[in-house]
Amino acid sequence: MELYELTLHELQERLARREVTSEEIVKSIFTRINRVEDKVKSFITLIEESALQRARVIDNGGIYPGIAGIPLGLKDIFCTRGVKTTCGSKILENFVPAYESTASGRLDQQQGVLVGKLNMDEFAMGSSTENSAFFATRNPWDLTRVPGGSSGGSAAAVAADEVPFALGTDTGGSIRQPASYCGVVGMKPTYGRVSRWGVIAFASSLDQVGVFSKDVRDNALVMNIIAGHDPLDSTSAAIEVPDYTSNLDGDVRGLRIAFPKEYFGPGIDAAITKSIKKALQKYEELGAIVEEVSLPHSQYALPAYYLVAPAEASANLARFDGVRYGYRDFEAENVVSMFSRTRAQGFGDEVKRRIMLGTYALSSGYYDAYYLKALKVRRLIANDFAKVFHDFDLIVSPTTPTIAFKLGEQSGDPLTIYMNDILTVPVNMAGLPGMSIPCGFEQGMPIGMQLIGKAFDEATLYKAAYAFEQNTDYHTMKPDLGVK
Amino acid sequence: MALTIKEVEHVALLARLSLSEDEKKRFGEQLSSILNYADNLNSLPTDDVEPLTHILTVNNVFRTDDIKPSMDRDEMLANAPQAENSQYKVPKIM
Repeated sequence: MELYELTLHELQERLARREVTSEEIVKSIFTRINRVEDKVKSFITLIEESALQRARVIDNGGIYPGIAGIPLGLKDIFCTRGVKTTCGSKILENFVPAYESTASGRLDQQQGVLVGKLNMDEFAMGSSTENSAFFATRNPWDLTRVPGGSSGGSAAAVAADEVPFALGTDTGGSIRQPASYCGVVGMKPTYGRVSRWGVIAFASSLDQVGVFSKDVRDNALVMNIIAGHDPLDSTSAAIEVPDYTSNLDGDVRGLRIAFPKEYFGPGIDAAITKSIKKALQKYEELGAIVEEVSLPHSQYALPAYYLVAPAEASANLARFDGVRYGYRDFEAENVVSMFSRTRAQGFGDEVKRRIMLGTYALSSGYYDAYYLKALKVRRLIANDFAKVFHDFDLIVSPTTPTIAFKLGEQSGDPLTIYMNDILTVPVNMAGLPGMSIPCGFEQGMPIGMQLIGKAFDEATLYKAAYAFEQNTDYHTMKPDLGVK
Repeated sequence: MALTIKEVEHVALLARLSLSEDEKKRFGEQLSSILNYADNLNSLPTDDVEPLTHILTVNNVFRTDDIKPSMDRDEMLANAPQAENSQYKVPKIM
């Protein structure tokens, strides 16, 4: 087995036993990247020289606590000091941040080794990574299909063994949906669990940082590092972070699992429904209590999300005006024209569409009808979840209605592509933790199971996900990229 | 409802986006279709529902007003498309 194929915890063990050096691991990772990257196209930026240099410094230190010496990737939405951060956009094509995001900074302090920045839909707006201003990433399981999005580069890189783990962000499903499409583990923790400082903002009341990994233990290990309060993000929660690896015991006896009937309705592929039902059976065999419930306002989550998220985005993206950083149009004769031309040339279609939509929903005369209405509906959605969690520990559903679609297949009507988020969006609206783990295959493509937990109860998600993983082998399956 | 070109132009101005004629037409149609979809929300009575603006119950997070080192000016200005005398430079405003 090659080093690049190993999980984070397997690499930790080998480093601790002095069987390998960090430099050997990083070299192995770049060997892999060089072989598969022209097929998968996960990375916008690779920093081989500095990664190797970092690895040698760590090797010289001679000790490997935590993630010391282990390679990682970051979605190109995390500001990285001295490393270009594009957010998948032409407007930030040459942006080199002068500061580091808290989440990536914590990995850096723990001596994780950054190998590169991963492709994404522009400003995290999209479900296929086709909205990247630079190029589309491919699904490692089938290069004619999308990896999902917006954190498609992160999911594809982990699935293709280009990195053992990566960070992403999730505003309406941008971690869970690509994790599902690429057959990897993806966790979006509770809103406020991880600091958003230094993460380029899309919709600030929904955005959350999370982890892509090859298995559940790795995911918990990384969450242990990035979770917790940060004085630089006043919406990060001052709630104690438990050791997420301490409950990985495979015991789900007595765990109360709900499955919402609205998440198994028409529009969800039969093969996916079947696969999730089978997983629920597995949980029952393992001693969990499984019951059907209703989340009656589910159908309203998506339309409400597509008002709230664009509204927040229209405000957040106002900062990209060609003054302080990024692209500028130099032809304009006055400042308003400079703003408008810079933004018109710097943003792609989907970003413009959402800025327009959000601006409209917030504009005088429409605020009550659209934005305020959506916030009221958001309350009803959160209440639905609260009611179920009064009696249950966990909600289980499919992550996505279909398997990964083909590149170009959904590029026409924006509403069609928004439908991919129908099962993940409600979780962001309610601010709850959600996770996707591999639970089956259809036409050779991975299927993901979504686990939804109570606020700040990521530990139960990890526990239940680990139990499923221990009793199945979906997480060990690897795509065949035709190289060895 | 369908957005008129005039409405699209108004929103584009508010959003500081200079759109081509083709974009105005296309975005107008797409926004209309998304807003029609959003009109589904109107079937839900919400008169007595408090809007949920934020998931966490925190508000007014205070810190003590201590002086701390801030980011280096030249390093921040290094990303500016145009800077002069330690200031951002923009086209004329008035």
